[in-house]
Amino acid sequence: MAEPAVNNTKQITDEGIVRGASKLTPEKIERVINSVLKAETGARLKTYVDICVHCGLCSEACHFYLSHDNDPRFSPAGKVKQTIWEILNRKGKVDAEFIKRAAEIASTECNLCRRCAMYCPFGIDIAYLLITMRRICHKLGVTPQYIQDTAHSHSATINQMWVKDDEWIDSLMWQEDEARGEIPNLRIPLEKEGAEIYYSVIGPEPKFRAQLIYQAAVIMNASGVDWTMPATPGWDNSDMCMFTGDFEMMARLKKIHFESAARLKVKKIVMGECGHAFRSVYDVGNRALGWKMPPIPVVHSIEFFYELIRDGKIKIAKKYEKPVTFNDPCNMVRGRGLHEMGRFVTNATCEKLIEMHPNREHNYCCSAGGGVINCGPPYKKTRVDGNRIKAEQLFAAKARGAKTIIAPCHNCHGGLEDIVHHYGLDMDIKFLGDIIYETMEKPE
Amino acid sequence: MHDIYNFVSGTLVWVSFILFTGGCVYRFVSMAALAKKKDPVIYEYMSLRYALRSIFHWIIPFGSENMKMHPVFTIVTFAFHICLIFVPLFLFAHIILIKESWNISWWFLSDSIADVMTLIVVGSCIYFLVRRITQPEVKFLTSISDYLILAVVAAPFITGFWTYHQFPGHKFVGIIHILSGEIMLVAIPFTRLSHMIFFAFTRGYMGSEFGAIRHAKDW
Repeated sequence: MAEPAVNNTKQITDEGIVRGASKLTPEKIERVINSVLKAETGARLKTYVDICVHCGLCSEACHFYLSHDNDPRFSPAGKVKQTIWEILNRKGKVDAEFIKRAAEIASTECNLCRRCAMYCPFGIDIAYLLITMRRICHKLGVTPQYIQDTAHSHSATINQMWVKDDEWIDSLMWQEDEARGEIPNLRIPLEKEGAEIYYSVIGPEPKFRAQLIYQAAVIMNASGVDWTMPATPGWDNSDMCMFTGDFEMMARLKKIHFESAARLKVKKIVMGECGHAFRSVYDVGNRALGWKMPPIPVVHSIEFFYELIRDGKIKIAKKYEKPVTFNDPCNMVRGRGLHEMGRFVTNATCEKLIEMHPNREHNYCCSAGGGVINCGPPYKKTRVDGNRIKAEQLFAAKARGAKTIIAPCHNCHGGLEDIVHHYGLDMDIKFLGDIIYETMEKPE
Repeated sequence: MHDIYNFVSGTLVWVSFILFTGGCVYRFVSMAALAKKKDPVIYEYMSLRYALRSIFHWIIPFGSENMKMHPVFTIVTFAFHICLIFVPLFLFAHIILIKESWNISWWFLSDSIADVMTLIVVGSCIYFLVRRITQPEVKFLTSISDYLILAVVAAPFITGFWTYHQFPGHKFVGIIHILSGEIMLVAIPFTRLSHMIFFAFTRGYMGSEFGAIRHAKDW
């Protein structure tokens, strides 16, 4: 297509967005927008839009805004203006070009990190407004191709990475085998009914970060906890459907996850170091199923490690020597307040913690979360350029001596890796699990 | 002129008070009903303790990080809101009118203090206007309605000041003063000024989500 872009922005080339938009008609757009607004939104959307006084005070909450030299198009309210306000003002009468740009803004220029909710004096949930835009785009079939592929994988395999059922079991047995080289009687107990802990991970762990399963198995074995992993679908706690706006599929995924844990009659679910999955299981997906709080208690690794170290179940042999800094992940800090526990674990395992600023609830997002890194290579530049402020924040920590970044979240990990490379930061990035595995006393 | 004066200071006062009170009640009740129907999540997760915790942090000057980042704005906005509410309620001239009508009265501000407070409101409006025109992130969000609302808020104070000091044409301006006050009252429930009604609920809801579910601060 040789049509000029209507906005003064770069040409949109993402296959999923371009092809999805090519099938739209004005009637369909109007019908879908109004059906979503009518059926799925209510007092929240109305109040948020009605009372926003356009003060712009949310701007400095956003890493995209700060990283683009305070370009107002990237401020939280600026993004709402270009998406939700516009469709409300025009009562859904927008064209396909508008939807393409709106899809890009909502899916790739906002991480739904919820930092802006802490900066809006009225507490307007701007992330909610942008996820509503994503929901509309999902219903219109206009989502970035890469994340849509992971959503398809969720639909077809109940995991994010097209891992087949037998491959999952194989991966666990392979990691068990590997770990036995180090701890001969180590087990990864599959399908153990009545275990205290059900350990769940995200799809990418068996796919390309299998050593994390190895490390988790070592930590579990060393601490002597009663744990199990499922051999059936439901093992993957991740959820890209939550971020594409496919809420039906999100609910289905969480149902299968909770049901697999319920089937094994476990006491609680412990999750690997992932942020968005925690948000989905603890906060969003359970609500879609009608559970005010998760039907089975959900514990993130940060909290789990904190308990293990606090209770002396894990002993540290030799602390990690290089000075570290701690990246507070949005979904565990603004999403669950685990920042002090994260620091407890860090201080227990590392010689020196150098804080980056701002930190805790006010930490900047890594710009990978909210499904943005899952939008793949077409948007890598968007998120890396869109987070220069994170590089500056890390450079400042590095200047004060920090050499390693602890990022207890998969998305933070991936996002920070790209930022570290792009801006030449030359820092290591580690999970808390990496550090604990490295520093703990291991059983003979 | 007397007929117009009697109309704006008689019938229209009643009309505006009824529209203001009725409008606020209507907006509140209809929003609560809509929330019950479409956003039951609000009722489920609203927590009095955490709602109040959040509101408390946001109604105290410099109680939030964002306020610390914008000290001038924080001072202006607090001064503006305090004066905006206090001056009309505790102005001697207003209380006299009410006493003459119904023989009830309450504590009032001295005229000189009320004068200063009026100027604070007008000055704040000028600050907001300049900010809207000059700051790119605010300008980008601004539409005509934002200027109109600013004018609606500033008008009663400018005309009130004018009338009190008996500047030229004060009789006519006095009528405009009453009229603009009535317009502002009616505008509260039906425009962005409705944040007066909803602030506590949006802030409280976010505070509840952050406090009770997410165990985090939201300020």
